[in-house]
Amino acid sequence: MNTEKDILEELATEEYKYGFTTDIEMDIAPKGLSEDIIRFISKKRQEPEWLLEWRLKGYRQFITMSIPNWQNFKHPEVDFQDMSYFAAPKKKPTLNSMDEVDPDLIETFKKLGIPLDEQKVLAGVVAVDAVFDSVSVKTTFQKKLKEKGVIFGPLSEAVKSHPDLVKKYLGSVVPATDNFYAALNAAVFTDGSFVYIPPGVECPMELSTYFRINAANTGQFERTLIIADKGSYVSYLEGCTAPQRDENQMHAAVVELIALDDAEIKYSTVQNWFPGDKDGNGGIYNFVTKRGLCKGHHSKISWTQVETGSAITWKYPGVLLKGDYSVGEFYSVALTKNHQIADTGTKMIHMGKHTRSKIISKGISAGVSQNSYRGLVKITRHAEQVRNFTQCDSLLIGDRCGAHTFPYIESKNDSATLEHEATTSKIGEDQIFYLNQRGIDSEKAVGLIVNGYAKEVLNQLPMEFAVEAQKLLAISLEGSVG
Amino acid sequence: MLSIKNLHASVENKQILKGLNLEVKAGEVHAIMGPNGSGKSTLASVLAGRDSYEVTDGEVMLDGKDLLSLAPEDRAREGIFLAFQYPVEIPGVSNINFLKTAVNEIRAHKGLPPMEAKAFLKMVKEKQQLVDFDAKLTNRSLNEGFSGGEKKRNEIFQLAMLEPRLAILDETDSGLDIDALRIVAKGVNELRSSENAFVMITHYQRLLEYIVPDYVHVLYDGRIVRSGTKDLALELEEKGYDWLKESVDAPNAI
Repeated sequence: MNTEKDILEELATEEYKYGFTTDIEMDIAPKGLSEDIIRFISKKRQEPEWLLEWRLKGYRQFITMSIPNWQNFKHPEVDFQDMSYFAAPKKKPTLNSMDEVDPDLIETFKKLGIPLDEQKVLAGVVAVDAVFDSVSVKTTFQKKLKEKGVIFGPLSEAVKSHPDLVKKYLGSVVPATDNFYAALNAAVFTDGSFVYIPPGVECPMELSTYFRINAANTGQFERTLIIADKGSYVSYLEGCTAPQRDENQMHAAVVELIALDDAEIKYSTVQNWFPGDKDGNGGIYNFVTKRGLCKGHHSKISWTQVETGSAITWKYPGVLLKGDYSVGEFYSVALTKNHQIADTGTKMIHMGKHTRSKIISKGISAGVSQNSYRGLVKITRHAEQVRNFTQCDSLLIGDRCGAHTFPYIESKNDSATLEHEATTSKIGEDQIFYLNQRGIDSEKAVGLIVNGYAKEVLNQLPMEFAVEAQKLLAISLEGSVG
Repeated sequence: MLSIKNLHASVENKQILKGLNLEVKAGEVHAIMGPNGSGKSTLASVLAGRDSYEVTDGEVMLDGKDLLSLAPEDRAREGIFLAFQYPVEIPGVSNINFLKTAVNEIRAHKGLPPMEAKAFLKMVKEKQQLVDFDAKLTNRSLNEGFSGGEKKRNEIFQLAMLEPRLAILDETDSGLDIDALRIVAKGVNELRSSENAFVMITHYQRLLEYIVPDYVHVLYDGRIVRSGTKDLALELEEKGYDWLKESVDAPNAI
C-alpha cells in the first residue's frame, strides 16, 4: 500500500501522455448479460453468497422489465447483450493509469488549471476514491478519516469489512424494483464508494469520488451508498470523465443516501462525461438513479449537480422526506449543446410532518440540444404543514435548441404550502455587445452571463469545486456562440 | 486622435449617416446635437461596432488605426468607450467581477499582466470616490435592479475604471434628475485630461452647462451641418432646430 506521501509524489510528477493507448492489461467479462455473467462478476469480486443472491434477484427483476418510454427524448437503441459488464485492470493500477486521456480532455484539464482531482489531493482538503472502469483503485487519506471513525472506500471492500451495514442499507432507498436501470445496476453493479459517518461526527474533509470509464465497449455501473448516522455531517463530491469514443457507452449508476436523525448529507456532482462530438456521434448515456432518504427527524439531504457532459443525461436525484422536520434540496445546472439531451430534475416525496423542500433548476441550452426539467413534488396524506419552493429557469443560446419544463405536483394534504416559479430567457445580443464594448470577447461574455445565471446553484458547491464548475461551464460553451 | 471621414452607414438598408466628417484631438470635448432621427445614436453604435450597423463608405481612424476593421472588443481594448443610452442588466454577474475581467482584458491587449487583487481593489475605491459612485452598487449584479440614474452613474464609474482614449457618451443626461446630472457631470470633468477625449451626444443644452464642450456640432440628416462653440448650443436652445433644417434643406428644394 502506498503512503500518502508516495501518492502525492506520484500525482505531482505525473504527466499527461498524448495519444490514446491503454497499456493496462484488463480482465474483461465476455459480452452479454446472463446469470452466468453475474456469477462471473460476483466471483471475480470474491463476493459473499448473499450478495450474489441479491444480484440474481436484481437480474430476475430486470428481465421482466422493459425500457421506459415516458422520457422527453427517443430512447436510443441499446443492445444489452452487446456490452461487457465487467472490466478491471489485471494489476491493481495506481492513479497513474488515469493519465491516458485523449488530447481533447487533456486540453480541457489544462484549461481548468491543474487536473482537478490532483489539485484537491495536493491541497489535502479532499479525500479521493477513484473508480477506474469497474474497480475502485485508490482511496486517499484513510488514516485521517479512520481517526474519526469515518468509513470511506470502495463498496467492494465495505461488503467484506462492514457486511452488516451494507446488508442493512443496500437497496433500501433504490430497490431493484424501482426502475429498469436500477434493476440492471442491482444485477451487475461493479464498484463505487461506501461512506459511513458515525453518530455526532462531522466529517473532517470533503469526500470525493472520481469516476472514469476507460475501456471500450464496457458499461459503468457503479453503486454508491452513503450513511450519515445520527447528528453527523458529510459533504461528498463526485466527478466524472470518460475518453472520447465513436460509440456510445452506458453509465447506469445508483446512488443511495441515508440520513438518520439530525444528520446532514450534502452531495455534489460535477458531471463531465464525454458528450459526443459536434455531430452527435458517441458520448455517454448517463442513466442514473440517485435518491436520498431523510430517515430521521430533522435530517437534511441536499443535492447539487452541474451537468455538462454525456450524450444523454437522464436522472432525477430525489429525496424521500420521511422524518418529521426533514429538509430536501435540489440545486441543478444542466448545460446542453450540439446534440446533447438532458432530461433531469428531482423528486421530493414528503411523508413526514413539517418537511420542507427547495428546488432550484437552471437549464442552459445551446446548439440543437434539448434540455428538460422534470420534477415531482408529492405530499402524502399525513404530511402536515409541508412547504415546497420550486424555481425552474431556462436559458437559450441561439434559436435551434429546446427547453422544456414538466413540473408535477401531487398533494393529498391541504395544509401544504407550494410555490412554483419558472422563467425562460435568451442570452441577449445586447448583453453580449455590452460586454464586447468593455473589451470582453463574445465567448468570455457568454461564459460570464451563463455563470451569472447559474450562480445560485454554483454557490452551493464546496468552494474549490465552484471555481472549477464555473470554468467548466465557460469551457463547455466554447464554439457555441457567433 | 479620432478622424472620421465621409462616413456612410445604414441600418436594415436604410441610409442613416450620409457623409459625416469629424476630427477629435486629445484633450477635447465635442458635443453632438441634433433632432430625433438625425443619426446621433447611429454614430455612437457605428463607432462601437454594433453588428446591425453597416458602414457603406468612408473611414474612421483612431490614433492612426483603422477602427472599422476591428471587432467591437478590440475597439474597446484600443480605447473606445461607449457610455450606453440604455445600459443592459446582466443578472448574477457582479459589477466588480465584470470590471475586473474588463480591466484585465484591456491590460492583456497592452501586454500588461492582470492586476493584482489588492491593487485592483485600491483602484476601485479611488475611482468610486472620484465619480461619487455608491460602493454598495459595486458588489451588486451588473445593473440588475438599478434605477435609471444608477445605471448611468455606473457607466461613468466604468469609464473611470477603464480609462479609455475616447469616451462617447450617448445621451447620458437623458432621464437624470438635476442632482444626478450634476454628479455625472462632475465625474466626467474629473476624468478629463490632455490624454483623452469625449464625444457627448445630447438633445439638450442643459448638459453642456455642466460639461463645457470645446466644440458643438449639429447633426442633421446624417451629416454635420453646423459646427461652433458652446454658443451654438445656446442658439439652438433658443431657436430650435427648424431654422437649421430650413437652411440645410433649402439648396435641395428646387
